[in-house]
Amino acid sequence: MNIHEYQAKALFAQNGVHVPEGYLALNPTEAEFAFRRLGGPIAVVKAQVHAGGRGKGGGVKLVKSPEECFNVSKSMIGMKLVTPQTGAEGKLVRKLYIEAGSNIDKEFYLAMLVDRDTATIAIMFSTEGGMDIEEVAAKTPEKIITVNVDPTAGLQGYHLRNLTFAMKLSKEQTKEFNALIPKLYNMFVKYDFSLLEINPLVWTKEGKFIALDGKMNFDENALYRHKEIAAMRDYDEEDIREVEASKYGLNYIGLDGTIGCLVNGAGLAMATMDIIKHCGGSPANFLDVGGGASEEMVTNAFRILFSDIRVKAVFVNIFGGIMRCDVIANAVVNAAKALGLKVPLIVRLEGTNVEQGKAILRESGLKITPADNMEDGARKAVAAAK
Amino acid sequence: MSIIVGKNTKVITQGITGKSGEFHTKLSQEYAPRFVGGVTPGKGGTTHIGLPVFDTVKEAKEKTDANATMIFVPPPFAADAILEAIAAEIETIVCITEGIPVLDMIPVKKALERSKTSKLIGPNCPGIITPGECKIGIMPGHIHKRGRVGIISKSGTLTYESVGQTTALGLGQTTCIGIGGDPIGGMSYIELLQMFEEDPETEGIIMIGEIGGDLEIRAAEFVKSNIKKPVAGFIAGQTAPKGKRMGHAGAIISGSHGTAAEKMDAMKAAGITVAEAPSDIGKAIATAISRKR
Repeated sequence: MNIHEYQAKALFAQNGVHVPEGYLALNPTEAEFAFRRLGGPIAVVKAQVHAGGRGKGGGVKLVKSPEECFNVSKSMIGMKLVTPQTGAEGKLVRKLYIEAGSNIDKEFYLAMLVDRDTATIAIMFSTEGGMDIEEVAAKTPEKIITVNVDPTAGLQGYHLRNLTFAMKLSKEQTKEFNALIPKLYNMFVKYDFSLLEINPLVWTKEGKFIALDGKMNFDENALYRHKEIAAMRDYDEEDIREVEASKYGLNYIGLDGTIGCLVNGAGLAMATMDIIKHCGGSPANFLDVGGGASEEMVTNAFRILFSDIRVKAVFVNIFGGIMRCDVIANAVVNAAKALGLKVPLIVRLEGTNVEQGKAILRESGLKITPADNMEDGARKAVAAAK
Repeated sequence: MSIIVGKNTKVITQGITGKSGEFHTKLSQEYAPRFVGGVTPGKGGTTHIGLPVFDTVKEAKEKTDANATMIFVPPPFAADAILEAIAAEIETIVCITEGIPVLDMIPVKKALERSKTSKLIGPNCPGIITPGECKIGIMPGHIHKRGRVGIISKSGTLTYESVGQTTALGLGQTTCIGIGGDPIGGMSYIELLQMFEEDPETEGIIMIGEIGGDLEIRAAEFVKSNIKKPVAGFIAGQTAPKGKRMGHAGAIISGSHGTAAEKMDAMKAAGITVAEAPSDIGKAIATAISRKR
C-alpha cells in the first residue's frame, strides 16, 4: 500500500524526522491561506497523487506570492497529471500540499528496504540526491553505499560509520545523520515498511537533514496490526476495478488488453496472461480467485470482468485441485445466467471432477466455448476478441 | 527413492482443529496415512479426526516421534508456530499459511540458519508430495503419478499443471515441492536441485519460477556448474506490469529487476530447457531428458 506525500511527512514529523513546514489544500483559497500561514517569500505547490516524477509533468511548482499560489493551485487542482509513472491517461489531482521552500546546501539519497536474499533491512545512501538511483548505481556505483542490518541484532554503530565514512560526510553532517538514521530505522520496523525512500534528503544551509520527499510502501500482510496506516489508504488513487475486487477477496490487477481472465492461483493467473500474449492477444487483467473460491466470489469476478468495456472475450482457466471443477462450472453457469453473457466465454477446466464440470457447461444451454487445454483456450479467446 | 518425505515420514498438523487444518489433514491422511497427531494449544488430550491432539509441538514430538509438521496457523501467529517447530527440532516444517508479514519471517530465517535439524518449506505454498508415499499439503493427490521427474515451484497451480502434463506424458514424479511465493521463505531452488541431483530415481528436474527477486537467476548459475541431470523451466509473469504485486507477495518487478525475460535468459544460458508457454512444461522436460540420453 502507498500513501500520499503529505501523509508520509506527517508520519515523519510524528517520529521526530525533520520535514519542511507544509499544509494540505483542497482548493485554491486554502492554498492561498497556506502560503500566508507559511509566511515565507516562496512556497512550493505539490500535486498529491500516487506517482513519481511529478515535477516533470507540471505537478510541482514554485510560487512567490499568495496570489500566484492561488492561481497555480487553481490550474493544478482538477488537472490530469501525466508523469512517466502514470501512463498516458494521467492521474486526477484532487489534493495539493503547500510547502515552505528550503535552503538547500546539498542533496542526498536515502532508502531502506527488505533485502530478500540476506533476510536483512538494507540501507542505501548516496551523495547523488534527486537523481534516478538505478542510473547512479549503474554509472557511478562508488557514489552509493549499502549496509545490511540484521533486525534480530538491530542497528549498530558500525552500520552508521560504514555509511558516513564512505560518503565522506562532514563532522556536522555525521552528527545529524547519526541522529536521523535510528529514527528512520525504527519507523521501518514499527510500521512494517517494505520500502522507505527519501529522494532528496536535503542538507540545509542551517545545518539540518530534512526529508524533502518521502515514499513509503507498507507490507500489506502487516496492515492488520497498523489500523492508523490502513486508514490512510486513498481509494481515489487506485484502479476502481482493483478496489471493487479487493472487497470480495479477489486478487485483481487491471491491465489494458481485451481478454478478461478468471483463473485460480497467482502463478497460473500470470501464466494465463503470458499464454494469451504468446497467442497474439493481450490480457485485460490479472485475476486470481484463489484456491477456495465460492460461487459468490466467481459471480463477483464475472461482474468486474463484464463491467470493463475493454473486455471483448473472457477466458476462464481453472486447474481444480481443492476447488472442484463441478463447483466452478456451476458458479460460471449461474454467474453467466444472472449477468447475461455479454461477450464470448471460453472455459478450460482441468483437475478434480473435470468430467462433471464439462457436462454442466455443456448442458447449461449457454454459449460457452470449451477448451481442451490452456493453449487451445488462449487461441480461442484471442480469436474471439478480434 | 525420493527426497525429504516418504514412507517413513511421521507428520503432525499445527492448527489441526481449524477448518483448513482439519480438512487438509483428512485429505492428506486419506492419500497416505503418515499423520500421527496434531497441535492446538488448549485442546491437548483430546482426539480430532482420529488423531491425538497436543498443546505444544514439543509434547507432540515426544509422544508421537513426529519428524515433520504441516502448519495451518493464521498469519499473525504463523511465525511463532514455525519457530516453535524449529525449537522442537522437527526436521521438515511445511508452512501453508499465506499472508505472513515479511518482517516476521526474518527472525524465522535466522533461526533456520542456526538450526542443525530443521528445514522449512514455504510459507504461502501448496506443500510437498512424494506420490504414493506421503502428501503434506493442499495439492490434489490424485493427479500425481510416481515416476521420474522432480518438481520445484513457487506457484501452486503451476505445479499442478506440470504434474498433470508429466503424468499425461507417462513420466510421473519423484517428489514435488512448492517453495512458495513470499519474499522470504525456507528452502530454495539450489538446495532442492542438489537433493534431486543426488536422488537416483529422479531423471530430470522441472523448476518453475515467477517475477520478483533473483532466486531463479542464482539457481540457474548453480545448475550450470553443479547439476548434470536435465533441467527444464518456466517463468510466470512475462506480461506482468512493473511495480504491481501479482498475487504472491514476492511477485513484483521492482525497478528493472526481477523480470521474466531476465530470468529466462539466465536459465537458457545455463543450459536449462525453457518452456515459452505454460502448456509446454511437460514437453520441455521430456525433450531435455531425451537430449541428455
